[in-house]
Amino acid sequence: MTSSRVITGLNPPKKHKDAGRRPPWRDQHFRIVPPRPQSGWDMRAAGNFMGGGAGTGVLVAGALAAFLGGPVWLFALAGLALIGAGLFCVWMEIGRPWRAINVFFHPQTSWMTREAIAAMPVFGAGLLAAWTGAPALLALAAALALVFLFCQARILAAAKGIPAWRAAGVVPLIMTTGLAEGAGVVTALAAAVQPAALAATAVLFLALLVARVAAWLGYLGGLRRGAAVPRRALEVLRGANAPFVFLGNALPAALLVLAWLVPQPLPLMAAAGLVGLAAGWVLKARLITRAAFTQGFAIPKAPARGAGTPGPGARPGWED
Amino acid sequence: MSKWGMIADLGRCVGCQTCTTACKHANGTAPGVQWRRVLDMEVGTFPDVRRVFVPVGCMHCDDPPCASVCPTTATYKRDDGIVHVDYDKCIGCAYCFMACPYDARYKVSQPDWAYGDTATEPEVARLREDMLGVAQKCTFCVDRIDYGTANGLTPGVDPDATPACVNACLSGALQFGDLDDPNSNVSRLLAENESFRMHEELGTGPNIHYLWGRRS
Repeated sequence: MTSSRVITGLNPPKKHKDAGRRPPWRDQHFRIVPPRPQSGWDMRAAGNFMGGGAGTGVLVAGALAAFLGGPVWLFALAGLALIGAGLFCVWMEIGRPWRAINVFFHPQTSWMTREAIAAMPVFGAGLLAAWTGAPALLALAAALALVFLFCQARILAAAKGIPAWRAAGVVPLIMTTGLAEGAGVVTALAAAVQPAALAATAVLFLALLVARVAAWLGYLGGLRRGAAVPRRALEVLRGANAPFVFLGNALPAALLVLAWLVPQPLPLMAAAGLVGLAAGWVLKARLITRAAFTQGFAIPKAPARGAGTPGPGARPGWED
Repeated sequence: MSKWGMIADLGRCVGCQTCTTACKHANGTAPGVQWRRVLDMEVGTFPDVRRVFVPVGCMHCDDPPCASVCPTTATYKRDDGIVHVDYDKCIGCAYCFMACPYDARYKVSQPDWAYGDTATEPEVARLREDMLGVAQKCTFCVDRIDYGTANGLTPGVDPDATPACVNACLSGALQFGDLDDPNSNVSRLLAENESFRMHEELGTGPNIHYLWGRRS
């Protein structure tokens, strides 16, 4: 005999995007002591970093291409579309999307507010550039987008609960990979529509691939030296190292160099650009969703019990 | 001004989870959501192995990273030290989840019942629509504290003004009080015992203090 009556009027609960599957908050692993993968942000959040980084890169590399005669409208709209898609992804993730305007309330300390504020003039300058066709306006949009991308990188750096994000080196990594992804897109677009600007964008893309690898190796090296992340997070990131360096950066760089040596370079350059874009997106998806282990719990001292003496503590999931 | 804080005596806690249950009863949290929980940790290596029960939850930090990253100012710190969430302002972006090193935050997107698709009468009565889709966490039972201070009661001493988990603790491991008052129960315990705060190296200034031995 139960004392609680079943209420049928509310059964089943109103239709929701999670209806029909196990609610995600039931899997919050509240008894787990070691660091565990964060469960608050999924691929929708990762999409914001993918689109925002690549979109900024498109505006920056596109500005260079535009000064060499490339179509301003194409690069402006491509960059804005990527940034907009990223912001739409994160809008899809938040629990109360119709209150999204509240995101502007805390510019004093929140990098998410600053990111949202920085996005506004990027769209203004970018749309104006697309409308007028003025390369100078595209350059302005690119400069503003760099501020936007910096804010986005700082969002991760300010997340104290996720060691892989707060670690030193995450800001240059997010900045360089975003720019490299965008330069890859512009190289592919230039190969298709504006070969005159191809040489310059390809050189920029190559330089950014080198910078991205340097930032990645610096980031990963810092994690290894300082034992700055939980053991499992380091395993996930180490597992990404060889594919990212060789397939994601060395391969497109080799394709770019090879393109100078063959009579039909355009397909190779386009392929290089797309591989560079995909590598950055895969890396960010891994960083946001799979390497993002929580801090976990630790005690520096174990207590005395009865007549015993206190003992050493524990930090499960971390290297000693 | 008071600064509310909690003591967890690791030498006394027996891991009975009564505080966990009392918290769920007092706050009507959804299945899978535990604002107060007790971790079961195995410490050491054979043959010197210990089992330690560690109550955790929101630490109501001095410098709460959840509040500084919050884009909406929904998470804020009150003058009495309690970190609180304005459910009507929060957009549920979960950035505070990423900022909290204590894994203390939850988000429930839709009404969720303990027994499958059917809601019990208490679940219906206690459903908070304003808490759906937004961040939620331990409040230190702020409604009790506010009630107590408004009615001349002393939080941590008078049960009506004390968090439910502390009231329920059967071993006296959990204590609550004013850390700014040198004569409060918690200040005296801190003076008489060795203590630490979790992840202190991160600079958050957590306000749950763990006792691990008598001060010699």
